[in-house]
Amino acid sequence: MSEITPDVVRHLAGLARIALTESEVASLTGELGSIVDNIAKVSEVATPDVEGTSHPIPLQNVFRADIPGVTLTTEQALAGAPDHDGSRFRVTAILGEEQ
Amino acid sequence: MDFDKALELFEPVLGFEVHVELGTATKMFSDAPNPAAFGAVAAEPNTQITPVDLGLPGSLPVVNEQAVRYSISLGLALGCSIAESSRFARKNYFYPDLAKNYQISQFDEPIAYDGSVEVELSDGRSFTIEIERAHMEEDAGKLTHVGGATGRIQGAEYSLVDYNRAGVPLVEIVTKMITGAEKDAPELAKAYVSAIRDIVVALGISEARMERGNLRCDANISLSPRGSGTLGTRTETKNVNSLRSVERAIRYEIQRQAAILAAGGTIIQETRHWHEDTGVTSAGRPKSDADDYRYFPEPDLLPVVPGAALIEELRAALPEAPSLRRRRLKEAWGFTDLEFQDVLNSNLLVEVEQTVAEGASPAQARKWWTGEIARVANEREVEPGSLVSPEHVSELIALIESGDLTDRLARQVLEGVIAGEGAPHHVVDARGLKVVSDDGALIAAIDEALAAQPDVLEKIRDGKVQAAGAVIGAVMKAMRGQADAARVRELVLERAQQ
Repeated sequence: MSEITPDVVRHLAGLARIALTESEVASLTGELGSIVDNIAKVSEVATPDVEGTSHPIPLQNVFRADIPGVTLTTEQALAGAPDHDGSRFRVTAILGEEQ
Repeated sequence: MDFDKALELFEPVLGFEVHVELGTATKMFSDAPNPAAFGAVAAEPNTQITPVDLGLPGSLPVVNEQAVRYSISLGLALGCSIAESSRFARKNYFYPDLAKNYQISQFDEPIAYDGSVEVELSDGRSFTIEIERAHMEEDAGKLTHVGGATGRIQGAEYSLVDYNRAGVPLVEIVTKMITGAEKDAPELAKAYVSAIRDIVVALGISEARMERGNLRCDANISLSPRGSGTLGTRTETKNVNSLRSVERAIRYEIQRQAAILAAGGTIIQETRHWHEDTGVTSAGRPKSDADDYRYFPEPDLLPVVPGAALIEELRAALPEAPSLRRRRLKEAWGFTDLEFQDVLNSNLLVEVEQTVAEGASPAQARKWWTGEIARVANEREVEPGSLVSPEHVSELIALIESGDLTDRLARQVLEGVIAGEGAPHHVVDARGLKVVSDDGALIAAIDEALAAQPDVLEKIRDGKVQAAGAVIGAVMKAMRGQADAARVRELVLERAQQ
């Protein structure tokens, strides 16, 4: 059974700074729960001798040349920010530290 | 607790994580200009970003080939094996220094693993530090905490985020557990970071300026009670941003832990922040080995499979190993063991080498870097290399050797250069510091001084040459120190006989 409870969803939403209504919490609890359950099913059949797949197509070494391209303007960069000071994103103070 | 006492009771066990910002033109996964690129100047906040750096929906990272080449070169220079196949992983965490809610790093398949670095201590003994792995990842953005009394995280009202640094290519070098360093632990730590810096500089893959955060060291320290055979709880000290503070932070943390353990207390596994100004560490976030970052393979990126041809190409292009280079330079410069050790211990090999490359004599380059410049740097608690460029030091030395400056005047010129008044010749002009080499002006001052001290004149004429000192002093004073004392002496003796 899934470990996704409405409280877990509210906690994750809080961390991600996404406002959810109670009906959204309810539907996401069910949806996330079924995703977790499905993944759990995959884990059951994935024995240690099965190598992990990180990509469905067997490609490798896709690189980019080290040449600068076009950057966003400050206005563009901040366009989607909930809050900013004109040049930097403004976020709620969080107790913690840089990784 | 006293350091020696701490060592009597406990054996220090160390481990280091050194982050190196690569000096590529663009970032690790986006084509935004890299603020850590060679020669980059500071840009306005959030002007060096693309949708990839902001983790905007629909954006896809693509690996910078040059960053991969640099990482492999670094791995090889650290004596590591290069992974046949290496892949990226997401390290998930909620913190606004990265907009994606995860950092792209490497987890179970790092690009390089199992290496070692020879580190030399100041007394010439060498110590081998085993490298566990070196992996590629991206740097995080820069947070400024606003409000609260101290401008630190605690008490802050909000934080401002600049994502220019987000996505800067990093290589994180992780050592294996280091035992047996004993009382040399603080010095070994400094020597290790210095050795990494030397390697990175020799490879030309990063500016490796610690004061700019190009090279950062996190130091893991624990104490094992003597004879117990058990490991102690470790702390991880961050924010150690100079070679000098690496040494100080380790020493402090050993003493701090020893005092707690000796008093029957326990060490909390946590990150600690080093404070350069006060010389102490303070508690940060509690940290456990169970920290769950939910690593999983990065689905947006493909495996990196370097291939033997590329690895051998990069191996063949490796520069001379710093330890061999030291031997070669010592010989080329004709320094005694003591003189050379003096340069190494002050971590000024690169500066002296670059100054010599600019045309200065090795002896003069050593004298100025380990002397006056190191003295000023020590006074201001900064690295000598951050005060003045090798080019300017070489110019200063040329002015001394051409007789335009005395050592005393050169120190004043240096002061001006350090104060940002420009190149030495600008400072000479602006401050009017040139040696008075006009014999006419000197002779006039000498004649005046001799006339004022007839008794001295008599003594000199009687062959008591040392009496000339009083006249030389008076002349130097009249010239406000801007004369070559040796030339004044010659002229005084000449004039006294007329």
